[in-house]
Formats: sequence, structure tokens, C-alpha cells
Amino acid sequence: MATTTGGDFISRLPRIYGMYTGGFLTFLVVLALLEHYMDLSDRTIGYVFLAATIGLYAMIGVMSRTANSDEYYVAGRRVPALFNGMATASDWMSAASFIGMAGTLYVQGYDGLAFIMGWTGGYVLVALLIAPYLRKFGQYTIPDFLGARYGGNTIRLIGVVCAIVVSFVYLMAQLSGAGLIMSRFLGIEMMYGIIAALGGVLVCSMLGGMRAVTWTQVAQYIVLIIAYLIPVVWMSIKVTGNPIPQLAYGGVLEQIGVLEQQLGVVAGHVAPFTRTDMANFMALTFCLMVGTAGLPHVLMRFYTVPSVKEARTSVGWALLFICLLYFTAPAYAVFAKHAVYTDVIGKGLAELPQWVAYWGKIGVVAVCDAVDAATTIKGCTAAGNGDGIVQLKELWLHGDAIVLATPEIAGLPYVISGLVAAGGLAAALSTADGLLLTMSNALSHDFYTKIVNPNSSVKQRLTIARVLLVALAAIAAYATIHAPATILQLVGQAFSLAASAFFPALFLGVFWKRCNKAGAIAGMLVGFLLAGYYIAGVGWNFNALLGVGFFPDPGPSPANPGVDGRWFGINAISGGIFGMPAGMLTMIVVSLLTRDTSPEIKAMVENLRYPRLAKA
Amino acid sequence: MATGTEGVDARRAEYWRRTVRLTAILLTIWFVVTYVVAFFAVPLNNFKFFGFPFAFYMGAQGALVIYLIIIAYYARYMNRLDHEFGVSEED
Repeated sequence: MATTTGGDFISRLPRIYGMYTGGFLTFLVVLALLEHYMDLSDRTIGYVFLAATIGLYAMIGVMSRTANSDEYYVAGRRVPALFNGMATASDWMSAASFIGMAGTLYVQGYDGLAFIMGWTGGYVLVALLIAPYLRKFGQYTIPDFLGARYGGNTIRLIGVVCAIVVSFVYLMAQLSGAGLIMSRFLGIEMMYGIIAALGGVLVCSMLGGMRAVTWTQVAQYIVLIIAYLIPVVWMSIKVTGNPIPQLAYGGVLEQIGVLEQQLGVVAGHVAPFTRTDMANFMALTFCLMVGTAGLPHVLMRFYTVPSVKEARTSVGWALLFICLLYFTAPAYAVFAKHAVYTDVIGKGLAELPQWVAYWGKIGVVAVCDAVDAATTIKGCTAAGNGDGIVQLKELWLHGDAIVLATPEIAGLPYVISGLVAAGGLAAALSTADGLLLTMSNALSHDFYTKIVNPNSSVKQRLTIARVLLVALAAIAAYATIHAPATILQLVGQAFSLAASAFFPALFLGVFWKRCNKAGAIAGMLVGFLLAGYYIAGVGWNFNALLGVGFFPDPGPSPANPGVDGRWFGINAISGGIFGMPAGMLTMIVVSLLTRDTSPEIKAMVENLRYPRLAKA
Repeated sequence: MATGTEGVDARRAEYWRRTVRLTAILLTIWFVVTYVVAFFAVPLNNFKFFGFPFAFYMGAQGALVIYLIIIAYYARYMNRLDHEFGVSEED
């Protein structure tokens, strides 16, 4: 890729990725044949898959190396809308989307749809309120925009800090997702899994920056979508005879309704607001949507297209590619639930399907029939009745088990399980790529180049960027290995922070000329700190951790049923529901109380609103 | 900023007015398919749609399809508007 010239390379993209997809499918078939005829062990298949895909991404990374700042920061601004859409989709879809979401839908039924709507509806905001204007602005980073629009280094610095905090929280979730996949499929320790994953990410992004990340992300999207669709399509054919699971699961949903009645399930799969209340459902959807329109690593991608027009189209492509997976996640949950209700519940311990024992060993499924299950079996929280038959409440499933175990539930060869692992890894790595690059760019471009040493040479800047990339990766690995929370929680909290910190400043920056520097600084600080304060207290119980009373207390827990420090009963993950409006309001009030923006700023905003201004 | 005549300024203002109006209309649709449908999710689930309970269908697929249509329509409308007002990058 480094050897071809711009226009030529771009026009050959469809053929390059077409051949790549064909090659990947051939690889899959060959491996399946090998498994069948040569008796490859599961572990070997796992290693072959993960090594082959990581090696491939690294190769793209090396081939896309560059020493040019436009290439390094925005991939030369010539990524066509469709390919930017694909890259955005994999940049966007994280380990949580790939592995966690179907599990959340399995457990929460309708209430889990807050994630589906939240993580897609946000693109409407990106398309209508942010992406075209950001492209017109046309520099490198989100703090760039804040610095230019509001003027001065203070707001740029706030942008840098917020971008790093948000991206860092999100990156930890990706790394722990990648580490989990490696440890489950290769049997290596989580810590080494995390380090191996980071190695892959670094090779990708270090030499080629945004350019390498873009072309790797496209490749990763292709792997992850193939991996996500194959098991559930097979399952759909098996259960309903219809190869389109997204349409077929309606009928299965009805069967589940019948089974639920037989099993005495009170809160059915499709019943709204049985596991979450309506207020939390709405607040979560809102935070995920607005957060989407404030996440620096996603918005940054829209700098890489050639024009405003392509930016608009590109958001549509991105959402289409995302929807391919999001349409499918609820189907995964429904098919898995069907399999559990028909093959596991009510069966004797000896007649359980194989996947239960297999994933039980890995630790994501547990059968808790034994009377001492609560203390002897990992995952069980209560004792069973010991009657040798699995009752509904005697089966414990970790959310991750749904996607991971579906290939075996559907009776597919192990090679497909390896494929799913590779897909999950692609999802985690592609997001980690974007996040790491966002953080290192914020530090190297916004902090070093713009604030500390504006006279530095291009070579100096790119060297700094690369050193920072490695340093940040090391810090992230260390933090992830020692972090306590689950994947989905971390990601959700990052969205609330992004919604509160960035969205008001970006939105008002384009749509309200009167919004000024003082307002933006105050608003960003208020939004970010308020959301952070709420999440720290309710989500992480800082009061207990630090032994203070300054933070709000968490919601009621088994240990403390009477204590509820939440505001209006809103969970920590939706802390942005307070932070975002507070930030926006502060921005408006402070702007109105202070001096109007200068004519230069007004002219700049005016300029943002039109793709091209004719000289009058 | 170009130091335009009054006619140019009026045209620009008109372009921006129409942009904001379209944005507001599309965001209203976005709001309705997301939050209004979710608000009435319990009663709406009594209706069947493609074999799915309606509110469940909307959350799992329907809303997503409408989001896609909103974005596609916006891109198309805005590209035309750019040409009409002579602010397109291609003119």
C-alpha cells in the first residue's frame, strides 16, 4: 500500500478487499477441512486463527507506514465514503458490541434494546449535527476544533484531558475483552493475552497512524462481520429453515413466549421495563446516543473523507455496516434462549448438551443443581435442590457465553468457534487502534505541537506521537490488568462522559455563533465533572473507597438494601443524563453573561455551515 | 468570510434556514421512533408486526431502519441544496 500512488490505490480498493475477503473465506474452508480430516486440536485451531489474523493486521500496518503528517493524522483525506463507513463501523463496534451485547439482550430481553437503539441512533446526531461540519473544518483532532472555534489553549487542553479520560476508560474495556478472548481460546493467562493484543495494535498504528488504522479497520470489519453472521445463520437454518436470522427469529420469539409460560417465567423476553425501569431505559438510550456524537475516536474518522458530501454519505454507510451486526444481536439472544429452554432446562444432568460442559470449564456457564453449588461451583450464587435435573434458576450463564457458545449449540465444527474468537478480537483491536491513536494524537498534536513546541519539525512530531503511543499502551495494559469492572459497564460510562464533555461544545459550536470561550470552558468542565462525580460515586462507590461522604452513594445492594444515593434512581452508566444538560445549560448561561464572540469567530462559524463559500 | 452583497447574504441565510429546518424535522422523527415508542412500549407490544410484538420490533430493527432512512435522506437533500445554492464543493 505504501508503494502505490493515491488515485490508483483508491480505485483498486474494491478489488483489494474483494480478494482479501475471498482469501479469508478460503482460509476458513481449508482450516475446516484440516479439522475434519487431520483431527486438529481446538487449541491449535485457536492459535492458527488468532496468529493469522493478528499477523495480517500487522502486515497492513507495516505496509501503510508513512512519514507525512496528513497521512499519519487523517489518512491523506482520501478515504472514500464507503470504506470510511466500514472503518468507522469497526472502529465503533467494540468487544462489548461483539461479545457482550447478545448476552445483555439474552438476560434483559426488551430492556437490553436500549443498547441497540442507543448505539445506532447516535449516528443520526453524528450525521445531522457533527460530521459534515467537522469535515468542513478539516484539521486533525477534536481538540483542534475546540481550540479554533473557541480560541486559546485552555479549551484545547480541556479537550485533550477529556479525550484522554474518555478514550482511556473505553480502551481498558477493549483490552480486557481481547485478553478474555485470548485466555479462553488459547488457555493463556489474561495478562499475556492483553499484552499480545496490545502488541498487535501497536504494530498497526505506530508506523502508519490513521492511514494504517483505517485500512486495518476495514480488514477487521470484514473478519468480524463474517464471524458474527455465520453461526447465527446456521442456527437459524437449523431451527426455522430460514437462512435470514433477522427475519426468522420472530417466530422463535413466539415459541419462547409459550415456553416461558410453561416454565413459569414472570418477566417474559419481550416485556418492557421488567429488569430496568422506564426512566433508566430512556436515560441509557439518551446517553449512548449523545455519547456517540461526542466520542473523539469516532468523530475523528470523519476528517479522513475527501469532502463534506462524502462525510454525509459516509455516516450512512457506517450505520448500515453497524446495523448488519446490530440487527443480528437480538436474534443471537433469542436463538440461544430457545436452545437453553428446549435442550437444557428440565433435562437430567447426564443428558445435557456438550457445550454446557465445555463452556462450564471455561467459566462462562454453570449448572448449579448441587445442594452445595453456591460454595463449590464457580458462578453459582445459590444452592440447587440436588434433584439431578436442571431447573431454570439452576443455570447460570455469563452474558459472553451467548456469542461464544452459539457455534457449538448450532452443531458447527470448532473452526467456527475459532472464527468467532477471531471476530471478537477484530472488534476489540479495531476499537483499541482508534482509541490509542486518539490519545496519542491529543498529546502529540494538541499538547506538544500546538501548546508546548509549535516550532517542532514534522519528524519530531511524529516521533513524539509514536513514543507516546507505546507509553500509553503500556499504561493501559497495566491499568486493565488491575481494573475491577466488567466490560459493558466501562464502555457505558465512557459514553456518559463523552456526552457530557464534548457534545454541547461541538453542537453549540456550529449551531450557535454566540457561544463563546468562557461558556465553552465552563460548560465542558461542569458537564464532565458532574458526570464523573456521579459515576465515581454511584458506579465505583468512591465514598467507601476513599472513606468520605462527598460522593453520591451507590444504589441499593444486597449488603446495603436501605441505602440509595442515586439521583431519581438513575444508574451510574447513565450519569450523562445529568452531565450533558448541565454542561449545555452552563455553556448557554455563561456565554450570555460574558462578551459576544469576535467577528472572526462568527465568520469562521459561518464558513463551517457551507461546504464551499463562493467568493462574492 | 466573503464580503457579499445583500443578495448573497440573503441566499446564505436561506440555505442555513432550510438546513436547520430539515435538521429539526429529522430530529423530531428520530425522537418519536426512539422515545415516544419506548414510552408506550407496554401497550404497543400488543400489536404484532412481522410476527414480532411491535415495540420489541421497533427497538430491535424498526428504529434502526428509520435512522438509516433519516441519514440517507439528509445526505441526498443536503447535496441537492448545496447545488441549488451554489455552495457545493463540485460546482
